[in-house]
Amino acid sequence: MIWHNIKVGFHRLGSPPVFHRLCRVVAPWLWAGAAICAAFGLYKALYLVPPDYQQSDSFRILYVHVPAAWQAMAGYLVMSVLAVIALVWRIRTTEIMAMMGAPIGAAFTLICLATGSIWGRPMWGTWWAWDARLTSMLVLLFVYLGIMGLYAAFEDKRKGARVACILILVGLVNIPIIHFSVEWWTTLHQGSTISFFGESSMDSSMMPPLIWMVIATKLMFGAALLDRSRNELIEQDRRKGWVRQKLGASA
Amino acid sequence: MVRYSNKQTICMFRLPDDYFSRPRARRHCLPMKALLQADQVGFTRSGELVFEPADVCLNAGQALVISGPNGSGKTTLLRVLAGILEPATGKLSRSASLAFLGHLAAVKGDLSCRENLEFSTRFSGQPGMAVNRAMARVGLAGLGLRPARALSAGQKRRLGLAGLLVARRDIWLLDEPYASLDDAGGELVDQLLDEHLAGGGTAALSTHQRQPRLQTDPDRLVIRAALRESVR
Amino acid sequence: MTRAMLALLRRDLRLAVRHGGESLMPLVFLFAVLILVPLGVGPGPNLLSAIAPGMVWVAALLASLLALEHLFRPDLDDGTLEQWWTGETPVGLLVMTRLFSHWLITGLPVIVFAPVAAQMLYLPDRALSTLVVSLLIGTPLLSLIGGLASALTLGTNRGSVLLSILIFPLVVPVLIFATGAVSAAADGLSARAHLGLLSALLILAVTLIPLATTAALRLNIE
Repeated sequence: MIWHNIKVGFHRLGSPPVFHRLCRVVAPWLWAGAAICAAFGLYKALYLVPPDYQQSDSFRILYVHVPAAWQAMAGYLVMSVLAVIALVWRIRTTEIMAMMGAPIGAAFTLICLATGSIWGRPMWGTWWAWDARLTSMLVLLFVYLGIMGLYAAFEDKRKGARVACILILVGLVNIPIIHFSVEWWTTLHQGSTISFFGESSMDSSMMPPLIWMVIATKLMFGAALLDRSRNELIEQDRRKGWVRQKLGASA
Repeated sequence: MVRYSNKQTICMFRLPDDYFSRPRARRHCLPMKALLQADQVGFTRSGELVFEPADVCLNAGQALVISGPNGSGKTTLLRVLAGILEPATGKLSRSASLAFLGHLAAVKGDLSCRENLEFSTRFSGQPGMAVNRAMARVGLAGLGLRPARALSAGQKRRLGLAGLLVARRDIWLLDEPYASLDDAGGELVDQLLDEHLAGGGTAALSTHQRQPRLQTDPDRLVIRAALRESVR
Repeated sequence: MTRAMLALLRRDLRLAVRHGGESLMPLVFLFAVLILVPLGVGPGPNLLSAIAPGMVWVAALLASLLALEHLFRPDLDDGTLEQWWTGETPVGLLVMTRLFSHWLITGLPVIVFAPVAAQMLYLPDRALSTLVVSLLIGTPLLSLIGGLASALTLGTNRGSVLLSILIFPLVVPVLIFATGAVSAAADGLSARAHLGLLSALLILAVTLIPLATTAALRLNIE
């Protein structure tokens, strides 16, 4: 009986109006949580944490860089789970969510690459290095772009979503391989490059703001995902009864 | 009110409101003779049903004529029955080999007629009529070496019919077999169907112009385009 | 089942022969790269031998890319692709057959002419066998990856740009391990680790990619 209720509830989430309502209720809370965590984390990161003895203040960019990098990868995992659900059970709202994760993930990847470059200029003396992490992030960006491009190229959005879900799963297998291959490649070709955190492991006082920022990016991803999915759903269903009813009621 | 139940829940398209209360016209299925059976198969495009889910039963020795206005989904239904498209609803079971002749002739223009037919034989793995005999049967005698791309539309149709003959398959699914054929060609299709049915085969064909004149009266199925939820 | 696969292979190769000019493109491309690169970077043997593994591999990759547009599209347009689902043969096997003929047309010529390429780019003799082995393991991988990408983009009408974006991330490991093997051999080191990893990739790809390709084709023939 309980199992049945869970199942029914799960499938009800697949119904566009229910999903729409859920997104509308949950997303603002996630945004608020993200804003609070980010404000707290950034305040700590910029004012409370002492400057690094080697890098002085420029290390502070890591409080944006590292959470963005983690979120870029975690976002891909979320998309993969959604893609499996979408392919196996063909739930339309999950298809849409899987697709809408890609631009957000790509944005985080871009933030990670950009902040890495900005940090690398004074520290390494170059905007770009063929370092393992950098290269695999660049490749991840292309995976995200591929998913977005593939989805956009289809006229039938459901078909596009399902084809792109296959690509997401192929990428899931491939990303660890890319990561390790790039890592071996750099070690084999150039000897060891500068490792990210330098010789010193991170001081414990630097840790709490990082955790706050990580939570903030997670919440931000969730909020953006729900909002984007809701918009896409309305866009796709704009001619359908339930959207007209909603718009009619609110206008 | 949107009703979700078992399989439909998963597909998330909207069924007509009175769908479950409608009388269900089940086709007469003979347990031993059914070569292909479909229960309530439907297909969705952009998340919406293309045609109203249909019951189909193809019995040995009996043909089925699928009719309906343009855009009602005849081709889509045949492609689902052929296994080319995955049905979004319902069950499909088949117990015999199958040939599908669609709008596209499925011939390579750069190969000669003979080479195309030889490929059909080999690819299906069940040799039927000899290539020369099949070509003569459909009125293409002597054109074996001509590249398929040099054939006229009607001749291409005939080449497709020859493709049905050169490999032995029990179920024929023919999408508008009379299209672009002359009167003699139409009669040829009827004759071929008669012979095929007499040999224990079965066939489903869609048509909206010429009705087949067969020795055994064919079953009939009229399909309707599904109601679209979106207001256009 | 085997008969259907053989029939398909025979027809593919016959069509390739009939399109003679198009089928020679990979080779033409290989030699264009081999001639243009020394013209571009200068004829110095040191520089050329250093970039030789990469150049040969990039040429192999581009050669395999060239033919991808024609891998499934003509079959989709003339209706022969949908026939794959009406027969008794599992479509995955037919996909493998098609990829094999793609490899015969784009991969094999590059392998056959690899020794010539090695000479033209001053690759040390001791690395030649490794180059050939890496091509033997790696070019089927390129065909598999390309086949997947072209199946994914089959239902779209602006396939080619998308195709390159999809392929780029997938071939990164192949290029790394393959050129790594050749470079190691050129430096007199053992290339076994690289070749082993490359083989592992091939095994993984052979098992998984036909499944994904078949699923993508099925969605795209609607």
